Amino acid sequence: MTTTLVVGLDGQGSGDRALAYAKRMAGLIGKCELLIVYVIEWSPYSFQTAEENAQRHKRREEEIATAMERIIDPAIKSLKDDGVKAKGMVRHGDVADTLNAISVEANADQIIVSRSSEGGFAKRIFGSSTANLVMSASVPVTVVG
Amino acid sequence: MRNLYKNALGISAFTASATPAFAGIDEQVNEAFAAFTGPFVSFIFAPIPGTAFPWIVMWLVIAATVFTLYFGFVQLRFFKHSISLVKGDYSDPNDAGEVSHFQALATALSGTVGLGNIAGVAVAVGIGGPGATFWMILAGLLGMASKFTECTLGVKYRNEYEDGTVSGGPMYYISKGFAEKGLPGGKFLAVLFAIFCILGALGGGNMFQANQAHAQISGIVGDFPGWITGIVFAAVVFIVIVGGVKSIARVTEKVVPFMGIMYVAAALVILLVNFDQIGWAFGQIFAGAFTGLGVAGGMVGALIQGFKRAAFSNEAGVGSAAIAHSAVKTKEPITEGFVSLLEPFIDTVVICTMTALVITISGQLIVDPATGNYAIEAGKIATVGGTSGVALTSAAFASAFSWFPYILAIAVILFAFSTMISWSYYGLKAWTYLFGESKNSELTFKIIFCVFIVIGAAASLGPVIDFSDAAIFAMAVVNITGLYFLMSVVKAEFDSYKERLASGEIKKFEH
Repeated sequence: MTTTLVVGLDGQGSGDRALAYAKRMAGLIGKCELLIVYVIEWSPYSFQTAEENAQRHKRREEEIATAMERIIDPAIKSLKDDGVKAKGMVRHGDVADTLNAISVEANADQIIVSRSSEGGFAKRIFGSSTANLVMSASVPVTVVG
Repeated sequence: MRNLYKNALGISAFTASATPAFAGIDEQVNEAFAAFTGPFVSFIFAPIPGTAFPWIVMWLVIAATVFTLYFGFVQLRFFKHSISLVKGDYSDPNDAGEVSHFQALATALSGTVGLGNIAGVAVAVGIGGPGATFWMILAGLLGMASKFTECTLGVKYRNEYEDGTVSGGPMYYISKGFAEKGLPGGKFLAVLFAIFCILGALGGGNMFQANQAHAQISGIVGDFPGWITGIVFAAVVFIVIVGGVKSIARVTEKVVPFMGIMYVAAALVILLVNFDQIGWAFGQIFAGAFTGLGVAGGMVGALIQGFKRAAFSNEAGVGSAAIAHSAVKTKEPITEGFVSLLEPFIDTVVICTMTALVITISGQLIVDPATGNYAIEAGKIATVGGTSGVALTSAAFASAFSWFPYILAIAVILFAFSTMISWSYYGLKAWTYLFGESKNSELTFKIIFCVFIVIGAAASLGPVIDFSDAAIFAMAVVNITGLYFLMSVVKAEFDSYKERLASGEIKKFEH
């Protein structure tokens, strides 16, 4: 049976550490596939103007294409170069909820994320996606420092 | 929604904001324009012979009743399902990132909730008595079926372009729907709608808003020339719609719902504090609905006022909401119809009723101790301090919270701004339908729109405003004509959806 590990990237340096850790784990496990996920923070309950609504579909496609190109594709390439099996996806939604939902759907054994990159004031107000994930996940979570 | 506070705040609001430099030109413009547009305005707002009832209101109410019966009281039977859709219960998680039902509803609401809910209701209650509230609620409930019909068609017949953007609204469903059914005249009606929509957007959706915002500001800081307000507003709107600085619009879009919630919350607090009077207030509403409680025109007077203000406030049947809703990416156009039927409910049944109850309970309406009926002065119920319109609502809320008038003034300004942004989009869609979807054509309309803000805030253009309001209701004449011919399309969608919902083919998603 193949072990599936979900790796949540945040498009920053800390995400690379999560990726490096996942790569090492995959090597240790052997028969292992990595699912590399980038979640674009998005809420269906935000307020938008009519014009933004009309362009939303176009923007969404652009956002997904950009995230694929800048974050997911380079990550997949580096994993493939090292002989690690990997798939990538970009989703919109709440980071913690979406990562958890994807992991449950993919029957993943573990979620690997990096330590929260937010700090200070913003974290106090909005909380941290990593902390939310750890508290709500249905799958074991590894937080890479 | 826009036309009512003209009576509320009076034409004096326009005159007061006119600058002497403009006065000479204004008079000439007014005269020429009034002579030219007068017959059209009189026609739209003409009473049914032998009554004081404007036929356009009858037209909207009859349409709402027809749609209610034709769709078997969809607004009652699918109310719970509509809320479920807004909550996202039926949204596919794979579509996350597209416009949600909630966002489409919020966008459309920010275009309709506004001065109509604050000033219009005060006018209705001030003239028709508390009984007008009963008829207003009834008209709001019926109007839900009109919104359901037009918004379903808006999504079904919208244009989707290769770059992923969308355009929709009555001009699209009338032209495409008529062609599909082999009916003649679709193109003609669509062009007519687009023309009325542009005029309505520049007038009621723009100049009138600018004018009322200026009236509010000068009410607080003292009188100053209207063009100053106009230029500031025009500059901000220009930055948003031409400069693409979405952050300003986003801030407004966030503050406007907050203002709406705060308004309802303040009303609820007042009602809770006076909970012993709520029964009495509803008694007044019901008794007044059928007897008029001595107000001018009796029961018919109350009925006209209630129906009129509800129609003006929630815009059901006008076609504007169909433009706002057509942006939603959904596999089922009918779901957008279900969501939109909540708008007249929130706008009229909830918010307008709150205003009416607060005014009734506040004791601002003077009762004649001799008869027990309301004291009538010059065709209106006498109020403490002789207030009407926004001022009456303000006084009613101030009787509980002395600081409320300041909040209300800020709310009026923000509502005016968000209504302008919404209508700039409605007008733009009508404009591009007529002149093509090019950057230059869009820019031309946007610049014209901003120029009209300055004119609206600065000048006293009573006849122009009359004409623009008439144009908004002329939209309803064209739109509802189209809806009658296309309602069978909605019915087919509705029947298929009901079947699949019952069979379990359409089901909730786990979230």
